[in-house]
Amino acid sequence: MSKAKFKNPVVKWIDHRLPIFSFMDHELNHYPTPKNLNYFWNFGSLAGIALVTMIITGIVLSMNYTAHVDYAFDSVERIMRDVNHGWLIRYIHMNGASFFFIVVYIHIFRGLYYGSYKAPRELLWILGVLILLLMMATAFMGYVLPWGQMSFWGATVITNLFSAIPLVGESIVTWLWGGFSVDNSTLNRFFSLHFVLPFVIVGVVILHLVALHRFGSNNPIGIDVKGTQDTLPFNPYYTIKDLFGLGVFLTIFAAAVFFFPNFMGHPDNYIEANPMVTPAHIVPEWYFLPFYAILRAIPDKLGGVLFMFGSIAVLFVIPWLDRSSVRSSQFRPIFKIFFWILLADCVLLGYLGAMPAEGIYVILSRIATAYYFFHFLILFPLLPYIEKTKPLPISISEPVLSGSSPASAFAFREKK
Amino acid sequence: MSTKSKTKNNKDEGKRDFLAVSTYAMAGIGAASFVWPLIDQMNPAADTLALASTEIDLSSLEEGQAITVKWRGKPVFVRHRTAEEIKNAQEASIHDMRDPEKDSDRVTNEKYIILVGVCTHLGCVPLGQKSGDVKGQYGGWFCPCHGSHYDHSGRIRKGPAPTNLAVPSYEFLSDTLIKIG
Ligand code: HEM
Ligand code: FES
Repeated sequence: MSKAKFKNPVVKWIDHRLPIFSFMDHELNHYPTPKNLNYFWNFGSLAGIALVTMIITGIVLSMNYTAHVDYAFDSVERIMRDVNHGWLIRYIHMNGASFFFIVVYIHIFRGLYYGSYKAPRELLWILGVLILLLMMATAFMGYVLPWGQMSFWGATVITNLFSAIPLVGESIVTWLWGGFSVDNSTLNRFFSLHFVLPFVIVGVVILHLVALHRFGSNNPIGIDVKGTQDTLPFNPYYTIKDLFGLGVFLTIFAAAVFFFPNFMGHPDNYIEANPMVTPAHIVPEWYFLPFYAILRAIPDKLGGVLFMFGSIAVLFVIPWLDRSSVRSSQFRPIFKIFFWILLADCVLLGYLGAMPAEGIYVILSRIATAYYFFHFLILFPLLPYIEKTKPLPISISEPVLSGSSPASAFAFREKK
Repeated sequence: MSTKSKTKNNKDEGKRDFLAVSTYAMAGIGAASFVWPLIDQMNPAADTLALASTEIDLSSLEEGQAITVKWRGKPVFVRHRTAEEIKNAQEASIHDMRDPEKDSDRVTNEKYIILVGVCTHLGCVPLGQKSGDVKGQYGGWFCPCHGSHYDHSGRIRKGPAPTNLAVPSYEFLSDTLIKIG
């Protein structure tokens, strides 16, 4: 670790005893970062900022929220009408969840495209999938809190998934509910967990970052950094780039919060929960739709649940399913085509999840589900035997000299 | 950085400083306008402010009796004073009081003394509303927390409290109906 020199005597005194400033200098200032990162590398820091935003607005909402079946809905309406700026805080939290998922999904597809999950970043990837799982649990329980019709019936349907487990399923569901239906006990435990899980996510994000800084970021051409000629200090180069990306992100986010705050929500959730009447068509939040489509594609209760959880479980083992040693899709012509097919497949699943489970939609859901698993379980291991990869550059700096790859144009401009 | 380029091109350097300063300023304004709603949400909400008045019917309150009503989450004392209590309150010399105030400045109708029942020391509720209560050396109210004595006008006469019991804003809607707040 390079010993940082601090001028301020107080900083120096503290740093000698608690090297927090050296640490920050090392990890955020000098931290050598590949010089060819494109804007897809902005999404990690955006996810971090989204997480912090969710925690801050969440703490503030909790100050005004009442976790009781008789008061929850009214307390949320009170936040919207009476609490000072309550509408703004709630809309930030509500839309923040959607934008958090958008950012993280882009972040994940970035990893899939550039092979960032490959050695030596397997644990980094696994920690990422773990974050995704925790985010899903948190978002699901958060959606229950306003105690609208979608909250209630979403909670009923999702908790009932566990009843598919043979023998103990029913007891597990009763245990999850703390009763014989989704009721006050359920709401209270969901509030407790929804409050605490984001802090667990913070913990896993820290591990994620420790793992990231062990070998540094991957990069668009996917080859290892060979020396200082391939890197730039994180500050100011990537702090500025991340901040610029943040500005663009916040502009879009603010537009949604102020002009289309309910675009990604469902109007039925502004009707108070009624355990006697299910809405005609219940759908989960958009970010769960692809998984929901997989659940409904399988004509068997237990099978549907297994495939749905399997679609996330398979992500954990991707580092070992993909047997190619070439990381970036830029040098894998066939893999690249299939990457776009996978992306289209996931979007299609999302669409199908929002459609009624009948007729052509069911058939399409089955095809899309089959492709999803084919992609990871069959294509990933077998493709390396068929595919002829393009020659890799010698180093990140090399294409600058040869002027052949698209990355070189970027690098050239930067050099000037 | 600036010393080196001053000799070279301080015109451009000035532009750069302007950009940097205006960027920080905009970021500062942005951050402040995000933080303010987060702070302001802890202030009383619109419905809390709307609950800010209470009506009290005094017709059944006999001479010598007292009632306590809740206003903005706090107790309000209403006492129907006896002739003797009124006399005491009016004749006490205000010169040696800690917070000198004439009784006539603290009542609208001298029969009824209306006070916020919160000790001005550290916020306990003084005793003296119920018939069996300790009323302190001056016969009005006594705060058990740290021993503040209030007289028949709710003025602090002895003990640590710095000021008299507060008189809330109120009006008589009729002879026996008052609206507080
Ligand atoms: C709370 C959510 C998350 C946060 C705050 C977060 C944060 C970050 C940050 C700051 C970086 C470095 C910048 C970058 O490369 O974009 C990063 C890298 C990475 N993240 Fe995440 N992440 C999150 C979720 C995930 C998920 C769900 C996955 C995968 C399923 C994932 C996989 C990765 C990988 C593989 C890298 C290294 C990428 C590379 O170097 O090319 N992350 N993460
Ligand atoms: S609070 Fe009443 S005397 Fe201290």
